[in-house]
Amino acid sequence: MSETSAETAKMQVSDEAAIEISGMHKWYGDFHVLKDINLTVMKGERIVVCGPSGSGKSTMIRCINRLEEHQRGTIIVDGIELTSDLKQIDQVRREVGMVFQHFNLFPHLTVLENCTLAPIWVRKMPKKDAEEAAMKYLERVKIPEQALKYPGQLSGGQQQRVAIARSLCMNPRIMLFDEPTSALDPEMIKEVLEVMVDLAKSGMTMICVTHEMGFAREVANRVIFMDEGEIIEQNEPEEFFNNPQSDRTKLFLSQILH
Amino acid sequence: MSDTTSNGAIVKHERHEDLPPPKSEVGMYGWLYHNLLHPWYNAVLTLIGGAISFLAIWAVLDFVVFGAVWSGEGREACQTEDGALIHACWVFVDARFSQFMYGFYPEVARWRVDFSFLLLVLAAVPLFLKDHWTSGKVGLGVAGAATVAVFVLYGPWPALITAFMMFAPHGLRFNRLGALLPRSDDNALVGFGVRAALMVLGGIAGYYIGGAIIGKNEALSLGWMSLFMTFGLVALNRATVKAWIAFLLIFIYPFAAFLLWVGDGYGLEYIETAKWGGLFLTLVVAGTGIAASLPIGIVFALGRRSNMPAVRTVSIAFIELWRGVPLITVLFMSSVMLPLFLPEGVNFDKLLRALIGVALFSAAYMAEVVRGGLQAIPKGQYEAAEAMGLGYWQMMRLIILPQALKLVIPGIVNTFIGLFKDTTLVLIIGLFDLLGIVQAATTDPKWLGMAVEGYVFTAFVFWIFCFGISRYSMHIERKLHTGHKRR
Repeated sequence: MSETSAETAKMQVSDEAAIEISGMHKWYGDFHVLKDINLTVMKGERIVVCGPSGSGKSTMIRCINRLEEHQRGTIIVDGIELTSDLKQIDQVRREVGMVFQHFNLFPHLTVLENCTLAPIWVRKMPKKDAEEAAMKYLERVKIPEQALKYPGQLSGGQQQRVAIARSLCMNPRIMLFDEPTSALDPEMIKEVLEVMVDLAKSGMTMICVTHEMGFAREVANRVIFMDEGEIIEQNEPEEFFNNPQSDRTKLFLSQILH
Repeated sequence: MSDTTSNGAIVKHERHEDLPPPKSEVGMYGWLYHNLLHPWYNAVLTLIGGAISFLAIWAVLDFVVFGAVWSGEGREACQTEDGALIHACWVFVDARFSQFMYGFYPEVARWRVDFSFLLLVLAAVPLFLKDHWTSGKVGLGVAGAATVAVFVLYGPWPALITAFMMFAPHGLRFNRLGALLPRSDDNALVGFGVRAALMVLGGIAGYYIGGAIIGKNEALSLGWMSLFMTFGLVALNRATVKAWIAFLLIFIYPFAAFLLWVGDGYGLEYIETAKWGGLFLTLVVAGTGIAASLPIGIVFALGRRSNMPAVRTVSIAFIELWRGVPLITVLFMSSVMLPLFLPEGVNFDKLLRALIGVALFSAAYMAEVVRGGLQAIPKGQYEAAEAMGLGYWQMMRLIILPQALKLVIPGIVNTFIGLFKDTTLVLIIGLFDLLGIVQAATTDPKWLGMAVEGYVFTAFVFWIFCFGISRYSMHIERKLHTGHKRR
């Protein structure tokens, strides 16, 4: 494992920024959820975000595709600044794929239709091309034989892999993962992680909110620890796990790494 | 067989074979045993209940079917020698049947009503068939057969209308006009403007050209028809045959049918709406209400959940206003009060006013039903759709509404059935729907004492339609079920 992590850590990271967040704050009413977030993600970089529940990690990545609105500071994704301009929001969303904790597949559409919907309606791709591309990605997540089934007929792990394929069908430059394995049974986590590792090795820019520390060690260039709406610590995975600096990080790690 | 091993674990090695269930659990006997016979007092209750039901059902059947008089001349055919009426007298319904169906619609013109409903059925049939039945040679064959049949039955003009409704979807499928126009997502305003301008132009052109060729009376309807047709041409790009059929049925058929029923042009005698009646009128009012209430209701349901305060306020006001007043008030207002507020000389048709009233009234109910469905859709569905870059209307049309409407099919059908029966209230503004005309017939001195027959017949007709709607909705529910109990 350490060999592969050394190998993947060397995987090319460009010096161009994919996401630049600076001085970002967010409130829910009176509640200050995110406090002065500064984060630059390079193209090809793979970042794992962890932290106790309620620390704002999900909220932060949901700000990146504007599922949540931030009130202060700037977020620039792929050179486009996120403001209330709907057109720019749509542009960003086309380039940023997202995978959710509860999959959020569309239950009234087949797996294939789930995958082709956005390419057809957002990218205006002809149906045939969209289906071909979708089959390619379904093969990549190893479930092409389920293409004509409905999501309700699949297991949790299969559904999450479909959700990943669905995002990939839009050819995103950045992928966001919001606790993709937290809602899965233990025996299904592995199949999803394998797909994510495969994706990471292909050079995709990724931000994953996850507590899968094995995954973090294997593919991440950087691990970010958040608590109470702040980024407390960030470091390379080896250093982060073996030599945490802040007390809060140490406490958190002691609780999750038995 | 369980063994205790040396280290204390209790282990079972063989699989237990499956045994057949006891006799009282399965089959006919099992059902009878559990539901009717066990324990003994249930067997007694079964006997008593069975006897009561048998006597009641027998009495009803004897009156309505077995003892009833089915044919004859006049009231006398049903009377016993001393002049009493003991059993149902269906001679009454038989004698007045055509009036019950068409009201005071002139006999010579009744073929127009027949034809319009036949056209509706013919044009709608492909919607209910599998795709390979609707497109290609089979679809064209059906269209051809329908046209020939209508030609034989009703002559050239009806055949022409039928041909348009049946063949057009196949040709219009190749329409690519929309692709030539600016895409609305490149520049929303320009795209929208060009489309709107084209629609208005199409409408005006239809108004003047159609009006000049066929006559002034039809100009307005023709204008609307061509406006909607232009709308379809620029909006439905690469639509399937079925989509075009649905479009023609929703936007073109109502105008064509209305022109046909009213007449006044094309060599058709003018028949004022006051003469419409019977089941025909019931179906017109209910059909308009049903067809209009769903889309209007959806719009207001979305409006009520909108983030925009103005839209939300208007929607809430509309819904609460219409839902808060009785339908009778709405009908009275439309027929008695509204003319008082209109300037001298401006006059809407009374039926039209009632139709609008009924449509808006049921739309308010529908809005709340649909809102219930919208609220049941998990937030994750909205987020997934947004994260993929779908716009608001795309998200609603492709993701949210299909699921929300499916969830509330029972509620929607409930509203439809309620509306169907509420149409009987148009009686109070002087329109004779099925119930109205039956009631009027029972007061005819020649047929005194036939009220029971009249009401039973009316109830039966209403039941047939409502039961049909209900069964169809169950079929739709089953068809749309995709086994997504899990998220």
